Amino acid sequence: MKTKNPIGRKLLDNTVKLLSVGASFLGIFFLAWILLEVTQRGIAAINWDFFTELPAPPGEEGVGLSSAIVGTLIMTVLAVAIGVPLGILSGVYLSEVARGTRTANAIRFCINVLMGVPSIIVGLFVYTILVLPLGQFSGLAGAVSLAIIMLPVIARTTDDMLILVPNALRESALALGTPKWRVTFDIVLRAAKTGMVTGVLLAIARVSGETAPLLFTSLNSFYMPESMMGPTSNLTVTIFNYAMSPYEDWQQMAWGASLLIMISVLGVTIFARAAFKERAK
Amino acid sequence: MKAIEQHEQRQFEKKTELKEVTPKKSQKNTALGEVKISSRNINFFYGDSQALFNNNLELQKGLVTAIIGPSGCGKSTHLRILNRIFELYREQRVDGEVLLDGKNILARDMDVLELRKRVGMIFQKPTPFPMSVFDNVAYGLKMHYRVGRRELGDRVEEALKGAALWDEVKDKLRKPGMALSGGQQQRLCIARAIAVEPEVLLMDEPTSAIDPVATARIEELVESFKHKYTVAIVTHNMQQAARISDITAFFYKGEIIEVGDTRAFFTNPKNKQTEDYITGRFG
Repeated sequence: MKTKNPIGRKLLDNTVKLLSVGASFLGIFFLAWILLEVTQRGIAAINWDFFTELPAPPGEEGVGLSSAIVGTLIMTVLAVAIGVPLGILSGVYLSEVARGTRTANAIRFCINVLMGVPSIIVGLFVYTILVLPLGQFSGLAGAVSLAIIMLPVIARTTDDMLILVPNALRESALALGTPKWRVTFDIVLRAAKTGMVTGVLLAIARVSGETAPLLFTSLNSFYMPESMMGPTSNLTVTIFNYAMSPYEDWQQMAWGASLLIMISVLGVTIFARAAFKERAK
Repeated sequence: MKAIEQHEQRQFEKKTELKEVTPKKSQKNTALGEVKISSRNINFFYGDSQALFNNNLELQKGLVTAIIGPSGCGKSTHLRILNRIFELYREQRVDGEVLLDGKNILARDMDVLELRKRVGMIFQKPTPFPMSVFDNVAYGLKMHYRVGRRELGDRVEEALKGAALWDEVKDKLRKPGMALSGGQQQRLCIARAIAVEPEVLLMDEPTSAIDPVATARIEELVESFKHKYTVAIVTHNMQQAARISDITAFFYKGEIIEVGDTRAFFTNPKNKQTEDYITGRFG
């Protein structure tokens, strides 16, 4: 038996290594490019007025997007308030209550389908169930559509994270005479909390960039939102409108709004990571 | 001698002060050496495959019963019936009856939470809860007893001392349980289990995942549990069974082949299969 020349194998090994390193750097390269481009173009729009002043027709001085910032904040918080508890409870049902049953598998399949539903269709759906019956576009409808988009993401992450928690932990909690619901909430969810937080953040990051569902639900407005029952100003639809407009100062504002969304998502992620690392110590 | 009596008296008074959420069944109705748990005609199924065949086993009060046998012979399965922990899995099913102080724990009307308070369990791998050392021990206590802040602290300390862990962790009570070493984690789990004052302790290969020094400490602990708790310990290690148990049961392919006084069991086994196993001819 003759030994094979190892050169071919080494070459292949190095090629695979090179390709994977190349692919990941390509991804990072585009991320960096997006960050740089948005920052460069958006930074000029960001000033004190941007946060405090209301939008105005093109050409005016001292204008801002305060109404859109407030509207987006309220709708996101509302969407989180609706979507996160529902999502977590669904995930708990799949992993802790009905694990391995046919019902759970059917529901898991539905959740996967829901996750794949294009957001514009969610928007249309909420348009027909909330906007048409109520007779007007509303921030509430916007928040509901965002919550529907969050729900499957959070349910799925919760399910995935809880299944990773070893059964030995559940058993040892049960063996102390702990009721099942407390095992779930005190022990299992706590053991999975880092993953869960990441899931919630992922969901927030995902909805904070959504435009299509808001076009059909909250629409947009130039005024400070006073109630969630009327058209509600928000950043993404503003970006959409301003970027498509022929006015340079509006386009500038659109870049500013993009930068703001990007930085907030980045900030929230970094903050949550740091906070949870701190508590884990 | 007098000092010890006084100490015991104090301990007793301390215990009677505790207001329990659920009424405690008297532990004193069985004397040392009497039957604490009696399993009768146990058949156990994982889905369609049967794992235990007509098991009959008695655990005597205040003594340590070792359960030995080759892998897959049903040792752990038997243990997991005694606190009904197997019920976590839908496909697992048991037939027969298990009497704890004469009452069938497999009966439908048995309160499982109360049962598990009385029958604690230690697992193969240490499983500290994702919380601090203190909270790990306090968790079960707070669930089963109405207990004030100061007393909670005392109880936790007592449990940690009972698990021979206090001196090592008294300065890290606020650290997460996961931060302890493997052997310490296992003793933390023991402290957690004895904190709720169980009558029976089930130990499922408690030393198989930890190093020899830590193993020796846990064996010492089990010795110290004698007369205090009724202990059933599953082990792969025959020396361990010989060292720490009063009674040994040999399981083989889901059947109980031989049960007897540990010394006689190892020096003069009655059954050929037992002899083959303990002399290392199979398994």
